[in-house]
Amino acid sequence: MTDLDSRPLADRGPERRPGELGARELARWTWRQLTSMRTALILLLVLALAAVPGSIIPQSGVDALEVSRWKDQHPSLTPIYERLSLFSVYDSAWFSAIYILLMISLVGCIIPRTFVYLRNIRAQPPAAPRNLLRLPDHASYTSPQEVDEVLAQARVVLRSRGYRLRDADPDGPGGPGADSLSAERGYLREVGNLIFHLSVIFVLVGFAIGSLLGYQGGVIILQGTTFANTSASYDDFDPGSLFGTEDFDPFLMTVDGFDVEWLTEGSAAGTARKFNARLTYQETVEAPEETYDLRVNHPLTIGNTGIFLIGHGYAPVLTVRDGEGNVAASGPTVFLPQDPTFLSFGVVKAPSAQPAQIGLDGLFYPTFALIDGDPVTVWPDALEPLVSMQVYTGNLGLDDGGAQSVYALDTERADQVLKADGTPFRLDLRLGETQTLPDGLGTVSFDGVEPWVRLQISQTPGKLIALGGVVLALIGLLGSLFIRPRRIWVRARQDGDVTKVEVAALDRSGGGDVGEVLASVVAELRGAKDAESTSQSGTRTHTQPPTEEKR
Amino acid sequence: MTNAAWESLSNQAIGVAGIFYFLALMVHLGEWASLRAPKVAKESVASGGGGVAVATGGASREIDPDVLAARSQRVDFLGRLGVILTVIACGGHFVSLVGRGLAADPNRVPWGNMYEFTVSGSFFVVFMYLVLLRKYGLEWMAPIVTGFVVTVLMVAVVWLHSEVAPLTEALDSYWLVIHVVSAVIATGAFTLGGIASVMYLVKMRVGETTTGPMSRVPSLAVLDRTAYRVHAFAFPVWTFAVLITGPIWAHEAWSRYWNWDPKEVWAFITWVVYAAYLHARATAGWKGRNAAILAIVGLATLWFNFIGINYFSTSSQHSYAGLEAPTPAAVVQVDRVATPHVARAANGSNQLSR
Repeated sequence: MTDLDSRPLADRGPERRPGELGARELARWTWRQLTSMRTALILLLVLALAAVPGSIIPQSGVDALEVSRWKDQHPSLTPIYERLSLFSVYDSAWFSAIYILLMISLVGCIIPRTFVYLRNIRAQPPAAPRNLLRLPDHASYTSPQEVDEVLAQARVVLRSRGYRLRDADPDGPGGPGADSLSAERGYLREVGNLIFHLSVIFVLVGFAIGSLLGYQGGVIILQGTTFANTSASYDDFDPGSLFGTEDFDPFLMTVDGFDVEWLTEGSAAGTARKFNARLTYQETVEAPEETYDLRVNHPLTIGNTGIFLIGHGYAPVLTVRDGEGNVAASGPTVFLPQDPTFLSFGVVKAPSAQPAQIGLDGLFYPTFALIDGDPVTVWPDALEPLVSMQVYTGNLGLDDGGAQSVYALDTERADQVLKADGTPFRLDLRLGETQTLPDGLGTVSFDGVEPWVRLQISQTPGKLIALGGVVLALIGLLGSLFIRPRRIWVRARQDGDVTKVEVAALDRSGGGDVGEVLASVVAELRGAKDAESTSQSGTRTHTQPPTEEKR
Repeated sequence: MTNAAWESLSNQAIGVAGIFYFLALMVHLGEWASLRAPKVAKESVASGGGGVAVATGGASREIDPDVLAARSQRVDFLGRLGVILTVIACGGHFVSLVGRGLAADPNRVPWGNMYEFTVSGSFFVVFMYLVLLRKYGLEWMAPIVTGFVVTVLMVAVVWLHSEVAPLTEALDSYWLVIHVVSAVIATGAFTLGGIASVMYLVKMRVGETTTGPMSRVPSLAVLDRTAYRVHAFAFPVWTFAVLITGPIWAHEAWSRYWNWDPKEVWAFITWVVYAAYLHARATAGWKGRNAAILAIVGLATLWFNFIGINYFSTSSQHSYAGLEAPTPAAVVQVDRVATPHVARAANGSNQLSR
């Protein structure tokens, strides 16, 4: 037995078991694995799989309302989902990890390939293999021409077909290269490939610029009111992490009017078309006024900012007078549509009313009707408008200074106003009507209806980079799919008083049908020859037989 | 012609198309049934044409060439007849689409709801089949394509049919034409490629035969190559539809070019799967079985996206399924109104484009 450990300790070096890797080797191994084609493929498929949950589980970036609804329905699952960031899959660490790995793999793949390509771009087609008939696709025939004539003619034929030819006789007269010809085409396929992969990175950069330096905002603007483009003006505002307030385009914009056309017949009756918000805007405070008809699919662009019409609704004009006869609340109040019939919900608050604060919440019916005793709206246009509201009085919670929604009434410390018989009092007002509240609280009148529009306002820098990237990717893709690299070799040998010609073709793209190409090249070679000589000898062609894949 | 006349013409034309597709299917099935008997082995050698070798269950025997010639003639005749019937049916299908577009006021492209999507999608499957028939030798695909289209049309007419209605505002854009045409062409081609891949797997299991219906299906290598070529055609078209025209239009209509809408997500998934297919086939040398499986996965995601997502997703801005059919679609988007401290009082299901 050999005692390996009997050597002095210093000689042994660091202890190392078989299969163990040093840090550098481990890094290299990891890099190799990451940049291998196999890994790239697996990452691609994992990316596809990882995108699935985001289409099934509601996403807060897409539909925040649906997310909160889902959370209410699944209280036990919610913490687990939140931990896995399943409500924002596409921003989550694990989704980012996949595509960042994919990007690294891609870069690690294309950089070396680019160098290889640059080195090979001027390379000559390789010399003809010794035995052309061993290649899967080959043909042979005999020709009465001389060897040189056959090869010279083959050069002409192949060059006219766009093949790059190996320099003639590189090994000198009589050398092994003298009786054969090598031709190759399709060098640009690899360029297409590289362009495609590079432009994927372009797209991602464009996408990243958009989400870091851009913003998305939404705002409801009443007809006749003016919007100044500052973050405080927005109802919701979602900036990218590098977006600064100095990046706002300093425009002003007024909604002069909103038109809509309701379809009154046909199967789509009750739907609206031709939404048009008439805007007046100034690019800066000093700039001249301009007008624009903002319509769906026709956004307005001011500077770097895009303005999109995405919704509309009604704002009933309600005036609340308190017990002392003073106006405590007035003007149009935005009511939010509840369904496609434009039945809308809204809240009016009159915190300054005396002797007690007054709060109203309830519904707006654009075209009110009673059907079997149920109040409904029969038409989404405001033809027969009616508001129907509950009344609250007491502390509306506005005095604490805390932020409160304008679309909800805090009734925790307020009392519902009741009728004399103890049932809840309800305010039902048609247009132009005024009703007196019980207990000397005051009066409410319904003076008019104003439309509002909802605009999406956003800056999306980098969108042209992303678009350019995709277009470039498509061009690269076309190149890599439809440029078919292939090699053709021709060899001619003197055999008695005739010349034996062998032609072989090799497809290098994996999708080409090189048999057809071979047949047509041979036909052209022989066809040209037949012009001089009518000697007929059969061409023996062999194309790759249908083979089972190797398993 | 009045709009109502155009609409009824469209409905009649789709019926006629259905009948002719069915006849074509019958004829093609007859063609395949004729192959049940021993079939002439095709000799590809140029010098061939003399004696004919026939194999039945491994044992070779000579059969009277006249009988074989008559049978082969019958098979060819039925094949040609089937293609002619398919062309007629495809014409009716096209008339139906045109009628549908002219029935609307104002006139428009006939893909505004699920019924129209399905009808135009299946039209492009047949159209692509007829276009590529000679180029890629797709004769063997005939019964599958006609059977598929008959089934899809039946589903469309019975379950999805809806009356002609004007487009919702967001769809009223020329991008609709470009975006949907390219998406539907790609869908048609991917479907054909997928059929080739399915047949590849079937053929692999059955093995090479000289008799029976499977003898009509080309060899594995040809199937693999046909599938690859059709996919290679469809993929750039899909890229154009999903990653170029889609985002451009989305940017015009919804202010975001990529919104992670479920339809977009699935289109992206489909794109990634097919990218993996092409990648695998081109560089990793995954020909044959693995590639075929990837292609079929891609096809499944494609059709799930085309039809399924409309039924599974509530939040897709692409859902034109009209399940709550004639809801007067309103132009309201309110779900984003709410800042964190704003109650989400409103129902979010009535966005502009839904």
